[in-house]
Amino acid sequence: MIHFVVHDENDSVGVVVVEGVKAGDEMTGWIMDQDKEVAFKAASDIPIGHKLAICPLAEGDTVIKYGVDIGRVVADIGTGEHAHVHNIKTKRW
Amino acid sequence: MSLDLNNATFWGYRRENGRMGVRNHVIILPIDDISNAAAEAVGNNIKGTMALPHPYGRLQFGADLDLHFRTLIGTGANPNVAAVVVIGIEEGWTQKVVEGIARTGKPVIGFGIELHGDHDTIMRASKAAKEYVHWATELQREEAPVKELWVSTKCGESDTTSGCGSNPTVGNAFDKLYEQGNTLLFGETSEVTGGEHLIAERCRSDEVRDQFMFMFNRYQEMIERHKTSDLSDSQPTKGNIAGGLTTIEEKALGNITKIGKKCVVDGVLDKAEEPTGPGLWFMDSSSAAAEMVTLCGAAGYAVHLFPTGQGNIIGNPIVPVIKICANPRTIRTMSEHVDVDVSGLLSREMSPDEAGDALLEMTLRTANGRNTAAEALGHNEFVFTRLYESA
Repeated sequence: MIHFVVHDENDSVGVVVVEGVKAGDEMTGWIMDQDKEVAFKAASDIPIGHKLAICPLAEGDTVIKYGVDIGRVVADIGTGEHAHVHNIKTKRW
Repeated sequence: MSLDLNNATFWGYRRENGRMGVRNHVIILPIDDISNAAAEAVGNNIKGTMALPHPYGRLQFGADLDLHFRTLIGTGANPNVAAVVVIGIEEGWTQKVVEGIARTGKPVIGFGIELHGDHDTIMRASKAAKEYVHWATELQREEAPVKELWVSTKCGESDTTSGCGSNPTVGNAFDKLYEQGNTLLFGETSEVTGGEHLIAERCRSDEVRDQFMFMFNRYQEMIERHKTSDLSDSQPTKGNIAGGLTTIEEKALGNITKIGKKCVVDGVLDKAEEPTGPGLWFMDSSSAAAEMVTLCGAAGYAVHLFPTGQGNIIGNPIVPVIKICANPRTIRTMSEHVDVDVSGLLSREMSPDEAGDALLEMTLRTANGRNTAAEALGHNEFVFTRLYESA
């Protein structure tokens, strides 16, 4: 079963595509562009459609999704943690 | 078994100017808010007509007024419309819209309320509308190659499943239609912020690239002038954010997957401007769903592909809006609003080509007459884009 998807293997975040992910759950991820699978634990409860960090991210880092810069990290995010508006902001406005 | 578009056809209405429509509406079109009551009365009197009331049309000026006329004329001129009865408070602007629509060769007539009053206007307009309904209901569909179908797209109530699933499904369909020589459109100027370089790279020529960057920068300047925050909750919207989208850049990248991998951006249009040839066109437009689809209708597009994540439910009075969704929770909780379910993409039960083909099949079925969810649910959102206050 696929729990989360990643667009490109160099991305820093993936998207949870099933409901009910809880901290501690073992998850399988599908890296779409390279058609590979990856596995690790959720470190937070993550709602469907929300992102998780797939590598450690430090404040000030650039978040990569679709192989492209999609924003900046404003608070440290551990691997498997919920990544969203509380720790990522736009660089544009 | 994959869909072969090379010999695919659809059954539509060949209009006087050669354009193919997929619906056969007789519309009662008010120029201004004052004429809504009369237009709705005619729509009620004559079954088989549809009134399109709206809140604007008085004391507008300059580019905002030009856009208002372009939107009215374009809506009447759309090939999904068989005939138009126009009603305005006075004759001058009413006849201007009538003349604009008449350039297509279709039946159109206008009535000004001043010197007549509502009762007399409603009576005269009802008589004209009735004749149009008798005439339009005898028109027959004819077969045409799929490339004669003009298709626009916009996503709405997006979430991360949009960028992963429903938007790339449109991209897959657009790539296939582009190869056939269809006339296609995408837009939502603010919503490509973060990915504008990706679109600029795909423009056919320096001229097209310059036009695109002009539209893009003009929209950015407007946002900078008026913003009071980083636009969180507006763009991305609260719904986007609840669905998992975090930044405008992320939303833009998901947005751009709607134009696939092969489409070239062949031209740039101002709001409600009609394209001058086949290919993929970028239209400067709002990301507000009903505004943008109304602009697509005014530009002459016959069918609209609308991928959604959290569940956008809008339709349009003259353009069938097809809803595509990859979010299993939305499909479970809002199923009446979804036309094409591509949630199988995210569980790897469906390939991108299968999803694209499923969408193309639904597009052809819709063109041939299948009413979309939005049509069946009575979603006829008709919303004008304004550029600034009236005088």
